[in-house]
Amino acid sequence: MNGYAGRILHVDLTTGKTKIEPLNEELAKKYIGGIGLGMRLLIDHSKPGVDPFSPENPLILATGPLSGTMWPTGGNGHAFVSKSPQSFGVGESKSHGSFGTELKRAGYDAVIFTGRAEKPVYVWIDDDTVQLVDAQHLWGKSPAETEDIIKEELGDYYIRVAAIGVAGEKLVRIACIMNEKTRAAGRTGMGAVMGSKNLKAIAVRGTKDVTVAKPDEFKEFVKAFHERMKGPATKKYRTLGTPLNVLVHNSLACMPTRNYNNACFEGAEKVSGEYLNERFVAKIIGCSSCAMRCEHVCVVPEGPYKGTMTRLEYEPLWAMGPYCGIDRLDAILKGMDLCNYYGMDAISAGVIVGFAMDCYENGILTKDDMGEIDARFGNHEALVMLLHKIGKREGIGDILAEGVKLAGEKIGKGAEKLAQHIKGVEVTGYDLRCLKTAALGFAVSFRGADHNRHGAYGFDVKGKVDRFKAEKGRGKLVKEMEDMYTIIDSLIVCKFSRGTYYDGFEDLAKAYSLVTGFNMTAEEMRVAGERINNVARVFNVREGLSRKDDTLPYKVMHLPIPDEGPAKGSYITQAELDLLLDDYYEVRGWNKQGVPTIEKLKELGMDDLIYIVEPKLKAAKGE
Amino acid sequence: MVKIHERKFVSADPEKCTGCQVCEYVCAMEKEGVFNPLKSRIRVVRLNQLINVSVTCRLCENPACVAACPRDALTQSEETGIILVDEDKCNGCGWCIEACDYGAITLHPESKVVFLCDLCQDKGKPQCVEWCPEEALDFVTSDVLAQKARIEAVKKLFQEALKATEST
Repeated sequence: MNGYAGRILHVDLTTGKTKIEPLNEELAKKYIGGIGLGMRLLIDHSKPGVDPFSPENPLILATGPLSGTMWPTGGNGHAFVSKSPQSFGVGESKSHGSFGTELKRAGYDAVIFTGRAEKPVYVWIDDDTVQLVDAQHLWGKSPAETEDIIKEELGDYYIRVAAIGVAGEKLVRIACIMNEKTRAAGRTGMGAVMGSKNLKAIAVRGTKDVTVAKPDEFKEFVKAFHERMKGPATKKYRTLGTPLNVLVHNSLACMPTRNYNNACFEGAEKVSGEYLNERFVAKIIGCSSCAMRCEHVCVVPEGPYKGTMTRLEYEPLWAMGPYCGIDRLDAILKGMDLCNYYGMDAISAGVIVGFAMDCYENGILTKDDMGEIDARFGNHEALVMLLHKIGKREGIGDILAEGVKLAGEKIGKGAEKLAQHIKGVEVTGYDLRCLKTAALGFAVSFRGADHNRHGAYGFDVKGKVDRFKAEKGRGKLVKEMEDMYTIIDSLIVCKFSRGTYYDGFEDLAKAYSLVTGFNMTAEEMRVAGERINNVARVFNVREGLSRKDDTLPYKVMHLPIPDEGPAKGSYITQAELDLLLDDYYEVRGWNKQGVPTIEKLKELGMDDLIYIVEPKLKAAKGE
Repeated sequence: MVKIHERKFVSADPEKCTGCQVCEYVCAMEKEGVFNPLKSRIRVVRLNQLINVSVTCRLCENPACVAACPRDALTQSEETGIILVDEDKCNGCGWCIEACDYGAITLHPESKVVFLCDLCQDKGKPQCVEWCPEEALDFVTSDVLAQKARIEAVKKLFQEALKATEST
């Protein structure tokens, strides 16, 4: 096969047995790769109701068909898919760098990890040779330390490693899986699933060739994209980077501040992308095969956090900055570094700290509960201390490590209402009270609160719609974006490059066809995107999620934006949410409960999954 | 005969190089029709996030690799300075690999003979230089590199004076 490696590797961590099966070509064409293929494999290899931390919950690692080629940004991605310990629905997260390319060259489109090793191990994939290696000496180490030690002991510095940190080992529900020091498959707790399997790391060396079906045309197309990547579509990422959003969001009053108590931050200038670049960015580097390069590597030059070196994007900056009321970039960079050290999703980690601070200010958590930390909003030392506690599940950190939803339930006393999450996954840096297209996208996102499942905020922020209004038609906008985004995550190209696909599905289908030799039209690619959204939904339906879970955080629906300015008084009512959901489900061809209909699944060629939705659809009719 | 200072080779500017590996992809594709860094004549080294640079053959004068070969399989082209490998004589012993201070010569994973940068002679210009998205790669002589370094050094020495001229 071209593009695809044509093989799936099974690793049973309980028995140590491995097995290689050929990749089914039909499955590949239908679900493309990355999260699409991963989620389909998840349905096929898991039982309904499986506990996310059970040995029976598979952890799936998938590359895309473009991985290992020089398709700009397409060469370098990989995805982790499993049942999420946060949402108890589908969990998925991507990372870039060079790890995915190596796995492809080792000859695998996907790896399915099942079982649980008796003692900590790492899996060493050396082309066709797969071994479980003792990892007791790595337990307790950070992902970066683990990577260095493994390269040293295997004696090859070009080996690529994805690893968990202490947070993953201790089943912190927001644990991520990191590769190459600063790249993370961050969201939905995939690192905790990996930790539950006693799997510390995955080390890969791939020496095989990756070929494309039409090399000359492919090269020409790559060249064209290199040119596009030097143009306006990627300027933001190449210059200030995503932290540019700080001042933009702040001016629109759509930057959740102090755990959603406000929508703008008086300290925004001090944590702006402009200031970050002027003061802290030391170099901008790129992933394998990328022609735009976005990774802003920052170094703290002085003060208590001197010497901290890390990448920083808008979301973690926002979460550990404005969301905690903190206006010091050096402390935020330290926080980011700690998240990398423990292996935690920095977005969720910041939101959890903001939540804890809100509980503290409201007297729900006392100084005693906090282990003597004065967890006021704005206290940067409290941020640093709480991150340590969460990463190690120490003291109050043990409860907070459950994520805001479960922590809120455990703490009680109204803490539930301060927990800003959707489906158990912490919110991200868009104030949904005044971004009502985004609000719909967030509510229906199959992996919980997230901007990266739809990018629907774009319509609101760019003024293409009335962002304060919930109206019919938003469902179609969200659906179309979702179908595009699932393809982006299945081919695995970088979301930052989405603007270079001037012709949308046409361009994506062309890249896929030139690489694989399977001729796919733009329409077929769009349908694949829709299919992948449906497969995610079918998994969530199987796990018991429904309309009740397509909801919004408490404050989004009950606390109008208090700040003077353009968004004052804005929030979302139940009636508005219902209107948005009805509109969206209708466009999707799902019933009122958000369950895909038999007709829809047939239309998408998913007849083999009808058995999952059928009982739910019948029950709904019986009501 | 071409003198050493007229020989051009591929040099990476560490200030500009981002470690994206596009040069590796292009090299293996141009030379072997596949994507595989092990078949690239140029390799990227990332020491940490801040330190990235690609390394390839620098066409040394009195090249150590040539001197090290016990089977006389390596010669340096007088015309271009490129190291030529006689694939019939090379048995993959690796003395040249050990001799090269830059790791620019390696063993081919399949043919098991050594291979290295030939400046894409057949294409007229090194393709990695053509493709580098950051223009971090240069096809230059050591004289030009020295000129550039000299100019940079003087610029630093006269920073203040330069600012004054810029503002006028």
